Amino acid sequence: MGLGQSRAWKVFFEGFWKNNALFRMMLGICSSLAVTNSVRNAVAMSLGVMFVTASSSTMVSMIRTIIPPRIRMAVFMMVISTFTIVVDRVLKAYYPAISAELGPYVGLIITNCIVMGRAEAYAISNPVIPSFFDGLGVACGYSFTLLILATVREILGFGSFFGLTVLGSWWTPWVIMVMAPGAFFVLGLYIWVMRTITKGN
Amino acid sequence: MHLDFVNLFIIFFASIITQNMVLANFLGLCPFVAVSTEIPTALGMGAAVIFVMCMTMALNWPINYLILVPLHVEYLQFLIYIMVIAAFVQIVEVFIDRYSSILYVSLGVFLPLITVNCAILGVLLIATLRNYSYVQGLVYAVGSGIGWTLAIVAMAGIRQKLRYSRIPKGLQGPGITMIIAGIMAMAFMGFSGMVNI
Repeated sequence: MGLGQSRAWKVFFEGFWKNNALFRMMLGICSSLAVTNSVRNAVAMSLGVMFVTASSSTMVSMIRTIIPPRIRMAVFMMVISTFTIVVDRVLKAYYPAISAELGPYVGLIITNCIVMGRAEAYAISNPVIPSFFDGLGVACGYSFTLLILATVREILGFGSFFGLTVLGSWWTPWVIMVMAPGAFFVLGLYIWVMRTITKGN
Repeated sequence: MHLDFVNLFIIFFASIITQNMVLANFLGLCPFVAVSTEIPTALGMGAAVIFVMCMTMALNWPINYLILVPLHVEYLQFLIYIMVIAAFVQIVEVFIDRYSSILYVSLGVFLPLITVNCAILGVLLIATLRNYSYVQGLVYAVGSGIGWTLAIVAMAGIRQKLRYSRIPKGLQGPGITMIIAGIMAMAFMGFSGMVNI
């Protein structure tokens, strides 16, 4: 069991850090910018992406021997869309406010290149349990980035964190931070910082 | 009738400038970073995006309002939309490969990339959320495609100029592209007082 656990952890960590989708491979930037104007939206999106990536990697891995190679992309799409529909229905039923704010971006989890990327690069040729941890690890690495971007943008843009005011009334909110240009600036600077830090390894 | 025309023009203008796909809605960013290195490539990709956006809108609107809504299975939208996009792109690829080699060389190489371009699915989902009519939807799709092309071609032009500038190492590539996109987004936002949808 000890060996099994350490293997799972290794796969998870590689997905989380070494193959970090955003700053190493530049995948999935579309949704990362749109939903990071508040921490609450970023958390909702992160949970959704984690669920979809982990489940679809598991599912693809389970059926990997019976997928005809020529139409594997279409099969991936079907699997991913199905899990995305689950996320959408759950959000609409239990958190209608968040669902309304995220708008079309829940559906756009389907075209988030990370999910498809993991299915194609890992799950199609690996057993079920490692695939699950690989999907989860990559999605956690993505969520980590989302949370950092959202924290910076919400604190600078509204002076609050998760809806709670953290900076007093002396703070003049930088409205641009919660609008489109702020998203690009924060992501650009974040990539710069991360690439400089991780240059060595 | 006059009012309808004004409304269509507002949708068209807003989808190009103030609600620009890339710079305001953050859709289609992956190819925006990857393909925006040369102006001719960017133009080819843009043309393919406009075409596919318009055609998938034309196909998906009837499917949604004539089949899914009457049967109360709107939750299948995501699945149906992405399937129609994938199938359509595949058919077009086969078709132009067979009939026009010139078109295939200039447009065909971009088509496989388009299936996973979030801008295409995004346009369909946004139009559905806003309950656009058929004509409004088509105008919105064409406008969004043009807006996307405008942004990617402008970015390619700027990046060609940047080739000989000295940029800090960690910022090269995607980093500087994001910063430029931010500045472009500010410029596009300058129009936002003019029209709103």
